[in-house]
Amino acid sequence: MAVDAQTIEKLAELARIAISEETIDEVSSRLGDVLQLVDQLQAVNTDGVEPMAHPLDEVQVLRQDAVTEPNQREAFLALAPQSEAGLYLVPKVID
Amino acid sequence: MEWEVVIGLEVHVQLATQSKIFSGASTAFGAAPNTQACAVDLAMPGTLPVPNEEAFRFAVMFGLAMNAEIGKRSVFERKNYFYPDLPKGYQTTQLEQPIVGEGQIEIHLEDGSSKTVRLHHAHLEEDAGKSLHEDFHGMSGIDLNRAGTPLIEIVSEPDMRSAAEAVAYLKKIHSIVTYLGISDGDMSQGSLRCDANVSVRLKGEEELGTRTEIKNLNSFRFIEKAIKVEAQRQIDLIEDGGKVVQETRLYDADKNETRSMRSKEVANDYRYFPCPDLLPVVLSDEYIEQVRGDLPELPDAKCARFEKEYGLSAYDADQLTQERSTANYFEQVAAKSGEAKLAANWVMGELAALLNREEKSIEQSPVNAEHLAGLIARIKDGTISSKIAKQVFEAMANGDGDADTVIEAKGLKQVSDTGAIEKLVDDVIAASSAQVENYRNADPDKRPKMMGFFVGQIMKASKGQANPQMINKVLKEKLDALL
Repeated sequence: MAVDAQTIEKLAELARIAISEETIDEVSSRLGDVLQLVDQLQAVNTDGVEPMAHPLDEVQVLRQDAVTEPNQREAFLALAPQSEAGLYLVPKVID
Repeated sequence: MEWEVVIGLEVHVQLATQSKIFSGASTAFGAAPNTQACAVDLAMPGTLPVPNEEAFRFAVMFGLAMNAEIGKRSVFERKNYFYPDLPKGYQTTQLEQPIVGEGQIEIHLEDGSSKTVRLHHAHLEEDAGKSLHEDFHGMSGIDLNRAGTPLIEIVSEPDMRSAAEAVAYLKKIHSIVTYLGISDGDMSQGSLRCDANVSVRLKGEEELGTRTEIKNLNSFRFIEKAIKVEAQRQIDLIEDGGKVVQETRLYDADKNETRSMRSKEVANDYRYFPCPDLLPVVLSDEYIEQVRGDLPELPDAKCARFEKEYGLSAYDADQLTQERSTANYFEQVAAKSGEAKLAANWVMGELAALLNREEKSIEQSPVNAEHLAGLIARIKDGTISSKIAKQVFEAMANGDGDADTVIEAKGLKQVSDTGAIEKLVDDVIAASSAQVENYRNADPDKRPKMMGFFVGQIMKASKGQANPQMINKVLKEKLDALL
């Protein structure tokens, strides 16, 4: 199953991935391969099988509500390209 | 044409846990920017979320209070979108298997009627950080302290038919979460926020109209105004031959209008999928029953008890139980004074007016429950009249001490001494010969009314401190003796 160019462009935009014109065909065919694999899986009869939310058939362990993390702001801010007044600076975003 | 407004609400409630939903960073409000944002909250590579048990307990408490099904097996999903205050590039939330399923609550309207609103579901999720768009050389500043704060999003069915009903529903949710103690419910700090889905249709129509979503309403007053103005916009639009477009809108309080948030339209495809970092959370029946057993008395139950136990009207009981803190205050005053009805009147009357005037919550009240109970006890035993009591109350509000101290210091004790009262009455009768003459010549039916003049004069002469019942009695005897 091939994926059309429009879908590829939309997915790329949603995922914020730059895909050049020339590579669209290749991406389309690769994604098509993945979807083919999904089709094969779909063909398996799963009547009566409970869907799993996770590949591990385990149950989540919860933690107690306690503050365990110290303030490491300066260390984290140092990793950012730009910061000021304790804030991470990013290109302006306005709704 | 008669139009009907249809409203559904999505309410986000910040849960009052100590730490975040997936990390051990603090959730305290008001800390310096990014001092409570740890590696997990910042989405550092290699970090993994570990869910907070308390967030689940709070969500279960809420579900039980809403008479809802509890999701014994709940699953987290990723809601994918890009925004700088969301470092992971997705919000961890619940979609297919939320922690709280269908439920319902009763809302109380101002005209005294009630209505049932159905809950579609409520789910657990993480809050995002905050973007500050002020002066950073054309850049935005990001504070991630709030990122990862646990929220429950409460989604109603479109069961409300007016802005007033929407406000009543939201007040009920506010009341329940604060009673449960699962949130401070402080709307000014964003602990409780609301999105409203609004559509209109002709009355009698079955099908729902196209809806718009008004985002981020953060006060009861704005919610009411935003819904009203948005519904009217849609009605005007349709009546002018236009069509409502399904979109997200923002309410501008200064202009009292809603406007389209076009930028959000493009990316409205969140590509949800189960979060591979988190396993399903399974809660046992025993756990749920234990939480049920620990639930405090809820507003409706407390309201019914107040009516029965204290003999209050349905209206008074409802007013006193909307806020847990008010209900507690009232119960203390009622217990200490032994006068529930008077306690109710004072809490809803003078006290409410005082708090309103000083913009204080009942926890910050300048007059504590013990002092108010002491005042009521003095009204009850006849030491002071209700009128003087207001004066004493004002003095207590100014920090002049308890009722007895104020009454003593200002010499406000009611005069109930027969001799003193008789003298006051005699003086006024002697000084009012014309009125006495009128009284004597008046029709007997009219006389009781005419006593008002004399009572007024006597009260004035006593500076309001004479016992009114005694004045009435002595005055009537003395006037009748002159007939």
